[in-house]
Parts: sequence; C-alpha cells; structure tokens
Amino acid sequence: MGIVYIIYIYIRYKVAVMRVNIILSNASEEPIYGQIVRQIRQAILNGELSPGQSLPSIRQLAKDLQISVITTKRAYEELEKERLIDSVVGKGSFVSGANPQFIREQRLRMLESKLMEVVQECRSLQMPLEELVDHIRLLYDEREEHER
Amino acid sequence: MKGNAVVEIRNAGKRYKRFSMNDVSLDVKEGLITGLIGANGAGKSTLIKLVMGMLLPDAGDIRVFGESVATREIEIKERIGYVADECHFYEHLTIGAMKSIYAPFYKQWDETVFAKYLDRFELSPKAKIRSLSKGMKMKLSLAFALSHRADLLIMDEPTAGLDPVFRRELLDILAELRLDERKSILFSTHITTDLDRIADYIAFLDRGKLVFNESREKIFERYALVKAERELLDEDVRKAFVGIRETTAGFEALTDDRPSAERLFSGYARIERPTLEEIMFFTAKGAARHGH
Repeated sequence: MGIVYIIYIYIRYKVAVMRVNIILSNASEEPIYGQIVRQIRQAILNGELSPGQSLPSIRQLAKDLQISVITTKRAYEELEKERLIDSVVGKGSFVSGANPQFIREQRLRMLESKLMEVVQECRSLQMPLEELVDHIRLLYDEREEHER
Repeated sequence: MKGNAVVEIRNAGKRYKRFSMNDVSLDVKEGLITGLIGANGAGKSTLIKLVMGMLLPDAGDIRVFGESVATREIEIKERIGYVADECHFYEHLTIGAMKSIYAPFYKQWDETVFAKYLDRFELSPKAKIRSLSKGMKMKLSLAFALSHRADLLIMDEPTAGLDPVFRRELLDILAELRLDERKSILFSTHITTDLDRIADYIAFLDRGKLVFNESREKIFERYALVKAERELLDEDVRKAFVGIRETTAGFEALTDDRPSAERLFSGYARIERPTLEEIMFFTAKGAARHGH
C-alpha cells in the first residue's frame, strides 16, 4: 500500500500516437474507476484528447494498468454517461464529438444538482451559510494541497 | 460483463477426517480472472482438485465448459492449462525431453508458443529440471500450461515462493491472456496483494465454506474498515461487525455494509477501504468468535 504506480498509456489513433498518463494510487480512498474517469475526463476537457480519437479497449486498458476489466468497463460507462466518450460495438471507444463548451455546461449542471443536495442537507441540519462556506473553503484548500 | 460460466460448481462437498468442505457453489466467468483466496487449509486446493477431476466430490455437481468432469475428462482437460502447487515433472529429465513426453497428450500443442515462453522465462531446453530453482520450475509449469491453446488456465498457488519481480510479470501474463475475451483464469493464492487490483472476481473460502464470490468492484463497495475509540463498542454495535480487533488505543472492525456504517459512524469514526487481507483476517476472526 502507499505505492503509487505510474503507468503511461499509449493511445494509438491511426497515424497519430497520443499519450495520456493515468496514475493510479492504491493509497487513495478514491476508487480506481473514479481515478480513471477523473484523469480521462481531465485529458478530454483540456484538449489532450480530441474528438474522434480512439481510446484503448477495456481489456487493453485493464492490462496496461494491471487492474480488473470490470473496473475499466465501469470507468468507460461513467464517461459515456457524461457523454465524454462514445462506444461503438465492435469498434471500440472514442472521444465524443460533443464540443467542450457543451461538456463544461453539462458538468456545471451536475455540480449544481450536487450543491443543491448539500444545501438541503445543511438546512435540515440548521447549519448557517457562513459555516458551510467555511467548510467548503477548508475542503477546497485541502484538496489543492493534496493535488500538489 | 457477460455472464457465461466456464466452471459451475453446485453445492459441492468433500469430507475428510479433519477438514470438510460444505455446500460450495460458485461460477468462474468466461473472459475474466477469478482469484480464489483463503487461509492455509481453507479448502482452496481441494476446490481446485475437484474442478480438475483429481478428487471426486462427496456431494454436489461440478461442470466445466458445461460438461461433467467425470464423464468428459479428456475433452475438458484438452482445454485446461493447469499449474499445480508442486512441480510434477520428471526431475531427472531435461526440459526438452520432458516436453517430448508432455506434448503428444495435447492435440493443440503449439511448439512455437512453447519456445517463445521458454525464451521469455530464460529457460534453456537443455537444462535438467532438477537443477531449476523453485521459481524457474513454476515458470516451466506455466510455459507448459500455456502452450496448448487452453481456454481455461487453472493455477494452484502459483505465486507462493516467487520473488516480487516475477509475481508482477505473472500478473502481466494473465492480463495479456485476458485480452482474449474467450480465455478465463482461475487461480488460488494466500498472497492477496497479488489480487488486490487485477482480479475481476474474488472467491473467498474460509474453513471449507464460501464467504463470497463477487466482483472486486462490489467487494470494495460493500466492505469498510471502521476505526474508532472503544467507548463506541456496545453490544448492538458489535453485532453489526463481521470481525473486531480491540487494542488499548481503540478498535478496528470490518463491516460488510459500508453505507450503513457511514450513516451510523460518520463523525465518530474513520471509515476506510480495507485490503483483501484485512477482509480475510477479520472474517476469520469473526467466525472464530461466533463459534463456527
């Protein structure tokens, strides 16, 4: 435990060879599929992976990362749900053609509904807004520290 | 994943004087790696020998590729690559001579593949089997098991006695086989770190009983390790845990209902993801406490 495995994945798309780094941590509380979703999503949103580019098959990715194919399948399903990738039976998975603006909007909408839940929970706990803001500030900074 | 089972074990039982296996039912799914875990003496080898037809069950039914092992042994064995926990080759022979005896048993024997694995494992056909180290014998077993286009690879404790470098290489080989969705793998181990990540399904045997056979994903969603002060442990709380370890500093306990634990203990306890080893440890401890 506590070892960070660094695995480089080479994604071949016809002539272009695209490289995406997926770094999995065993020590993290974040489930492995979540770590994959987060890193591929990041790569798509900041343009490292562009629309139409093919992703490794779930079996190939599972081999490269030495993890379960059920885990990689779950990660891809999650990315499909977010409309970041499309999977075509017999052809594999591709970065979706949806434009980044749309993707960002989608994610903001998701964030909003999560925040709504948090706000409702705070109300039911009768937590004042200031306290919630302080809480969030603390978590936000912690997270930043963690990622550095 | 698709649910085709290559091995179907139904209510299998086997009785010995000091050990009995009771009512074990499990499937090994096609295209996936199933890891069989459990302490020494939990019944892992017995189960594998039952699947291999090397032992006959006292109760229940075992099917491989949909057929009974007892009646279709030869056809089934053609499609299984088997790595035993001990070297079962003639020690006084060279690897090449052993191969000449072994290969004709298999219609689908592939000389090129065998040569490729010997090369990869740095084994010379001229080497005497007796002169090989434990790790090299295991590599040789694996080379034999993988050279007749088997659809199912069954390995009994293949990683025991191997150095970490080759353990990782073995995992690589397994993941490579799994690229083909028609190949399935069943292997037993008590070194659970080997399985923590790569296994798709994990079957856990404890004292001859199956505790679970579930996807790795589900297992880690279900189980949680709760760490807190001892004051929290009253009778009701105790009952909610699979197993508990108390120390002067506090307690650690395993639950198989993570969502409830999060509801109950959030704010009072640390809730962490357990390792497979911890799941094994606490389950065995809990079973001892409940007296079975």
